[in-house]
Amino acid sequence: MESIILLLSITLMYSTPLVFGALGGVISERSGVTNIGIEGMMVIGAVAAATASYFTGNPWIGFLAAGAAGALVALLHAVASVSFAADQTISGVAINMLAPGIALFACRFFFDGAAMSPIATKLPGAVFGNMSINITTIIALLFAVIMWFVLYKTKWGLRIRAVGEHPAAADTLGINVYRVRYACVLVSGMLAGFGGASMTIAIISQFTQTAISGHGFIAMAAVIFGKWHPFGAYGACLLFGFTQALVVVLGGGNFIVPSQILSMLPYVMTIVVLILFVGRSVAPKADGVPYVKGSR
Amino acid sequence: MKQFEKFLRSRFAAALLAVLVGFIVSAIVLAIAGYNPIQAFAALFKGAFGRPKYVANTIIKATPILLTGVSVAFAFKTGLFNIGAEGQYIVGTVLATIVGVKLNLPMPVQIPVVLLSGIVGGAALGSFVGWLKAKFGIHEVITSIMCNWIAFYLCNYVVMSDTFHKPNSSSALAVNPSSYTMILGTWKKSAAGKEFLAGVPWLREVLLKTDLNAGFIIAIIVAILASIVLTRTKLGYELRAVGFNRDAARFSGISVERNIVLSMLISGGICGLAGALSITGTSPHTITLLAAMESYGFNGMSVAFIAACSPLGCIPSSILFSALIYGGMSVQQVMGAPSDIINIMIGTIVFVTALPGIAPLLADMVAKKRRAEENVRVSKDGTPLPEKEA
Repeated sequence: MESIILLLSITLMYSTPLVFGALGGVISERSGVTNIGIEGMMVIGAVAAATASYFTGNPWIGFLAAGAAGALVALLHAVASVSFAADQTISGVAINMLAPGIALFACRFFFDGAAMSPIATKLPGAVFGNMSINITTIIALLFAVIMWFVLYKTKWGLRIRAVGEHPAAADTLGINVYRVRYACVLVSGMLAGFGGASMTIAIISQFTQTAISGHGFIAMAAVIFGKWHPFGAYGACLLFGFTQALVVVLGGGNFIVPSQILSMLPYVMTIVVLILFVGRSVAPKADGVPYVKGSR
Repeated sequence: MKQFEKFLRSRFAAALLAVLVGFIVSAIVLAIAGYNPIQAFAALFKGAFGRPKYVANTIIKATPILLTGVSVAFAFKTGLFNIGAEGQYIVGTVLATIVGVKLNLPMPVQIPVVLLSGIVGGAALGSFVGWLKAKFGIHEVITSIMCNWIAFYLCNYVVMSDTFHKPNSSSALAVNPSSYTMILGTWKKSAAGKEFLAGVPWLREVLLKTDLNAGFIIAIIVAILASIVLTRTKLGYELRAVGFNRDAARFSGISVERNIVLSMLISGGICGLAGALSITGTSPHTITLLAAMESYGFNGMSVAFIAACSPLGCIPSSILFSALIYGGMSVQQVMGAPSDIINIMIGTIVFVTALPGIAPLLADMVAKKRRAEENVRVSKDGTPLPEKEA
């Protein structure tokens, strides 16, 4: 029983950064912009959160700084993919190269050449018996609900989805396609930044070079697995969080499988899940296609 | 002016512009952080080309990224995005190490066998990703990132395994010396070699103080071969047709699925070769415990993009990036500025290459300016302009 509660608690903990990243992916792709740069935006968020929290002593400032830093990086992606109609995959990849560079540069700059930050103040959490839940887990769930509400119950959501499915049609109805896409990519970056923060000031309490290692990409897989729906993505992240929790729990004991092989589990699981589900989920029709006004 | 305009529309101008922006952005970042950018770039240049030894090291470091660059370029020309070059490279190093440690054949047999095992490893991982795309339609970017991490932990597993772990170290056993591909490897350490080299200081420095190896020559041959296959063969035609328009290719009787797997197989094999050459050509001639991705694959992407995904263009661009990366290390040694500035520079360069049309945009501006100037000249002659009449 105790180990089940432990497993559940770790699952929630590890799925949280993924949830933020995946929600970021959902909003961006719903508006028709593929965001492979989620990983990089999470890295930037991770370093911003740890740094701001360390210097101010207030983790909430760290959390907000992470969102702002993520959005700032997302602005680059928006300029490239919306204004310049760039190859969104290359732009995203460039951001994934740029971001760790900026993050480590900033880290070494602020902390005397060290590749990791000192211990920063963590965001608070609640403890229920054997189970501890960090506040970021609750915020992530809240964001999922808000995003579902916005996307499916408001006119803005309808506009976002219209822009992602058929931008030309949306344009003829007077929706500013560029503005909608800019907004969605910026929100996507902000959410990814929060995801980075929920790694460095909630799960661990410092920035390290490997704090974000492929989480952004697992989050992108969760977007596909979750059929571009906020709740679907949330569920997918729980599953991936569970595999990471298995790695932690099984790795701690004298399990027969070597720890390195066990560490592959989340990545193998992602591929397996994609094999099983990818054919059944359909991406927004204009996802990844730059919109050029007046083109057919 | 007209020639300048034409130049601006060329691929070379786009690459040059990207590099320029990369330098400007990193100069600004350095200046903000309180370091003198000019001094930093001078340290970078000196670190890359300042001595014969440094030049040799720049070439040595260019070998793996030239190959991963060719790999990415090859896949890209066939419509695939091989972000998994990193993992395929790692698997190449792992398999080459395993075979190189376990086998000890005569050199002319041993070297090809070790290199081939690296190629097989990379090709297997690459074609797996291709198969996932062909069979299930899963985007190759996500699966190859997952494969990168699987390869990463596979490497660490092999390093720590009882069979291969070198006691009291963080690396595996080194491969047998019969697998070494250094140039004049045994001669340079022999008495006759040492005696000869004592008379030629620069050669002595290059040969004895670096692991100068045959890798770069092999890499150039691979780049040329990749270019020939892509542009001069039926296979290359089919591969590019699938990348250019999948439906049209299928309609004309080309098997799309087969070609996707084939393209990733070749692309992965090239990365595997890169890994194997690193093991045979440079010390410590084995794999070590990885703490973070070593970025050979990711730097290969930068190499390919700046070369506009032309395999031959990867040759100069790999030297450029190698100089940046290797020279960048001395920025930290000389000035104490974080060497990560190089990653910022490289990221910026790739980002700018992703923006199509910046250089053509400049070309348009030049064209407009020229037309305006021509108009002025005509009016000075006293001839009225047709536009003004209208």
